[in-house]
Amino acid sequence: MPKYMLIMRGTDETNAKMADASFDEMLETVGRFNEELIRAGVLVAAEGLEDPSQGVVIEFGGETPVVTDGPYGETKELFGGFYLIDVASKEEAVEWGKRLPAFPGSKCEVRRVPGIDEFPQDNEWIVRERAWRERTGQL
Amino acid sequence: MPQVYDGPPGGDAARRAVEAVWRIESARIVGALARWTRDFPLAEDVAQEALAEALVGWSRDGPPRDPVGWLLATARRRAIDVFRRRSALDERYAALAAGLTEGETAPAAAGTEHLPWDPDRIEDDVLALMFIACHPVLSPEARVALTLRTVGGLSSEEIARAFLVPVPTVQARITRAKRTIAAAGVPFELPPADERRERLGGVLSVLYVIFTEGSTATAGERLLRPELAYEAVRLCRTLVVLVPEEAEAHALLALFELTAARFPARTGPDGEAVLLEDQDRRLWDRSAIRRGVAELGHALAGGRGLGPYGLQAAIASCHAAAPTVGETDWGRIVLLYEALGRVAPSPVVELNRAIALAMAEGPGEALALVDDLAASGRLSGSHLLPGVRGELLARLGRTAEARAELELAARLCRNVTERAVLLRKAAALG
Repeated sequence: MPKYMLIMRGTDETNAKMADASFDEMLETVGRFNEELIRAGVLVAAEGLEDPSQGVVIEFGGETPVVTDGPYGETKELFGGFYLIDVASKEEAVEWGKRLPAFPGSKCEVRRVPGIDEFPQDNEWIVRERAWRERTGQL
Repeated sequence: MPQVYDGPPGGDAARRAVEAVWRIESARIVGALARWTRDFPLAEDVAQEALAEALVGWSRDGPPRDPVGWLLATARRRAIDVFRRRSALDERYAALAAGLTEGETAPAAAGTEHLPWDPDRIEDDVLALMFIACHPVLSPEARVALTLRTVGGLSSEEIARAFLVPVPTVQARITRAKRTIAAAGVPFELPPADERRERLGGVLSVLYVIFTEGSTATAGERLLRPELAYEAVRLCRTLVVLVPEEAEAHALLALFELTAARFPARTGPDGEAVLLEDQDRRLWDRSAIRRGVAELGHALAGGRGLGPYGLQAAIASCHAAAPTVGETDWGRIVLLYEALGRVAPSPVVELNRAIALAMAEGPGEALALVDDLAASGRLSGSHLLPGVRGELLARLGRTAEARAELELAARLCRNVTERAVLLRKAAALG
């Protein structure tokens, strides 16, 4: 079945709001949403990221990549985490995306995750990746 | 309302958005309505009416801010209309309608617009819905149709397409099923403790039928209907969350995951069937295998041994663990089939045991088993028996007999891609 990624994209402002919010409340809100996905039988994986102030951005411009510490200056939207879900259609993925607990101002991007079957199967690198996926039980 | 996805514009996109909400919510909406009205057939009717209204209204005016609330409120109004109509004919409904009317005119405090959406009751509502859709008073076809429609949120058109039957047939099955439930006075509730396990078995067997039809289509052009099998997987995942203590529910999910893991390798580029021995095992879905093995672990943790679904899942896990056909633990598979034959005797299990035996010990002993099965007449008319017999005869070098059996199997087979495989095998014998 098609897999979709719900990509959470916050901003400095929404991240600040999140930092101010009660942690217990947030755990409960997110927990309830996760539970809904589990009950509906669609959740494959989910991860949230640490605060962007702890991250770095590597920019490829000149000859050598430039490393900038978070929160990255010009960057307006910050990748905050993702859900990977297994649903029947894009519309269903969108419907779940609309239910994401999110602060006003943030966004959720919905993108299909192509399966490895969709790549040329005789390509040496695809063959190697498959072998690794097989060995490790990865998606 | 801005269009949030780039699907076809206008009506079609709106329709698909409504359908997406419905797939996610139908079980909870119908469940809550059924608890509130204490009348499952009525709940299903008014839920469908609300859905029909949404399909028209949302494509015209855009979706409401709270789609679920909208659907519930609309269905609730329809139910009240019905109660009022019936109250003119029947005093019992008069009392109900009077109570409802009061609620309707009360100030719009939280919850009065919607049905009581009690998170502690939703689980029981959905579970009760599964039990009533799979109730033993219904015919097996009706159980399947009603489950897909009310719990899975599929339309009659989708169900008809999945089972290759005309839409009116599905509609008639659902209508009849609801009448049967009304006539038999089946209450909307969780079965009493002493019936629960047996009734759960009924639910599991409906999911099994749905999955099996998706994973080995009995008729038609396509060998697999993964979207139908996926519905069964989705419903079974929901069920496992609702009854985590039931080992056989975990076992059934394990079987589904482990079987579905092989789907990508089971058909070739043109949809033709690829036999287990020829499958590119690198195409197997490793994450599905991992999930299946974990579920099988839960089933075993029940500590009461594996039942029919668990044994089938254990067989599937033997295949999943093997890098090639040759390196498969066929001895263990033979034992598991023997066990399965004892707890759930069936000629198809016997036949599979024969195939495993042929792999473990050689074709001679297996042929004797198949000949016994043929003599019993228990699989007459099925393409499976001559198909396997033909294989075994071919491996024993009895070519002419093998070809005749494979050709007979092809004549009996109703699935186009499977038939092609049988004819290919027969032709390969020269």
